[in-house]
Amino acid sequence: MTSTELSPDVRAKTSALQTMRTSAWLGWKIESNWTDPLIFAIYSIIRPISTAAILIVMYLVIRGGEFGQPDFVNMYIGNAFFILVGAAIQGVSFGILDDREHYRTLKYIYIAPIRVPVYLVGRSFGSILVAMFSVLITLLFGAFFLKIPIVFSEINWGLFFAAIVLGLLAMISLGIILGSWTLIIKNNAWSLGESLGAGLLIFSGAVFPLNILPAPLQWIGSALPISYWLALIRRALVPEIGRAYPMYTDVSDGRLILILLGFTLAYLVIAALVYKRLDFIARERGNIDMVSNY
Amino acid sequence: MALQTKVTRRSGPRLFFQTVIGRAYPRIIGTQRDLAWLFFDIFLPFLSMVAYVYIYRALKAPEEYIGFVVLGSAMTAYWLNILWAMSSQLYWEKETGNLALYIISPTSMMAILFGMASGGLFATTVRALVILVIGNWLFHVSYTVVSFWALFLVFVLTMAALYGLGMMLSSLFLLFNREAWHTANLLQAPVMLFSGFYFPVRVFGFWAAAAASIIPLTLGMDAIRQLVFPSGPLLGFLSVKVELIVLSILSVAFLFGAFYTLRLMERLAIRLGRITDRLG
Repeated sequence: MTSTELSPDVRAKTSALQTMRTSAWLGWKIESNWTDPLIFAIYSIIRPISTAAILIVMYLVIRGGEFGQPDFVNMYIGNAFFILVGAAIQGVSFGILDDREHYRTLKYIYIAPIRVPVYLVGRSFGSILVAMFSVLITLLFGAFFLKIPIVFSEINWGLFFAAIVLGLLAMISLGIILGSWTLIIKNNAWSLGESLGAGLLIFSGAVFPLNILPAPLQWIGSALPISYWLALIRRALVPEIGRAYPMYTDVSDGRLILILLGFTLAYLVIAALVYKRLDFIARERGNIDMVSNY
Repeated sequence: MALQTKVTRRSGPRLFFQTVIGRAYPRIIGTQRDLAWLFFDIFLPFLSMVAYVYIYRALKAPEEYIGFVVLGSAMTAYWLNILWAMSSQLYWEKETGNLALYIISPTSMMAILFGMASGGLFATTVRALVILVIGNWLFHVSYTVVSFWALFLVFVLTMAALYGLGMMLSSLFLLFNREAWHTANLLQAPVMLFSGFYFPVRVFGFWAAAAASIIPLTLGMDAIRQLVFPSGPLLGFLSVKVELIVLSILSVAFLFGAFYTLRLMERLAIRLGRITDRLG
């Protein structure tokens, strides 16, 4: 029996919000309860700090320890928030892989009276939550140890939250696109999210401005919502330094928000279409209950 | 009339080497059958290299640092192979139900580990070479090799020590359940930081670099940088000769370590009943 054959009463009981809430709780539990809270906290701190430290040392060996310089501040903030990109994009595809290959529950999710995409988005909230914690730790580390000049009173909170909400929606859309692809591939799917995350690092302007890249590659960056999102985050957190970053300098904050909104809507539509198509292919090929053991 | 097939029972060194070949086979041949590896194992890791190259370009770093990134990215393939296809392997085998079959088969678990290591080393070398060649071609990296023999020796000893470490870790991972994935994940970035995948390790100072040298790639990459880049000796942590001696000691230590931890963990895991369980 599929969800469409259920009575309206049953469907109402499993509303989208309820599905989202339950799957988010499940995602959080899977992310966090594999160890005790102390080890989990240490794990959540070590990972982002190490990744940031690679950049810090690269900067240190070339430029010395002047971490208050605008180019380093912009690079550091871009790198910190890029953690969210990886988590949002990987969240959906990891949810699919975990449920299909590891817990072998994806087929049960499919026959449950819920909307599967809503479940998958909710399932990714666990990793997004952990990533938010990692972003916070990375920023605090930068503020306390590297003197990154984030002044609490100077933060443009309105711009910051607007950018966060739109950016997360855009990234979850990217996650759904990647997750849909995961539905139909058998091998190597585990590394897909991380590898594509590395690819997006090139085109997002997170750690270097896009004008460093050859022109055709810059166009890819301009077609991604992440580059606009990171520009807005920088402008919200460190207004003067953020505006000095050589990306979209002649575009106002309001216009950047509109551009991000446009991209977010476009990616939501694309994600819905891609999911519909690839989900059909996955069902047709019998990939939903497949265990590749890869 | 039923045909009688003569079954030949192997034992001793012959069984050992047959097991090594048998376990290496899927890693060398099996993975190549699905050409998707060209995209997933070469193109996508290649993107990560490009990102780091452009970070150095943005910082206006000397061109040799681009070479460090290309070299480091090629060596990353080995570290990822150690983490995900060696250390975690017995855990995956447990999850898929193969581990119990390995243990009840009349062969040595060390042979299985050697097979995993040799197959993984071969397949990863192919991937690393492709990344290295494309990286060199795309970013015009130039090398000045001081001694090919020293370079060969450094590489062989680094790999012996590294895969010995991988074999040892795979035994330790036998005690893990869901922690296995997270532990491998946790070991990824810090090791890439402290082993100096993208910069000379001496930047951390003597003691931190010495501590990081427990991971064979630290000294291996430092020695390779000294042997192939003109400024390498200036940026090196220890002399190549000392690094070769330490790598030799690490190789022997990790291989013996792998032998003893395997015996210990196998016994412990059997006693705790963790060989066949799938705790999720």
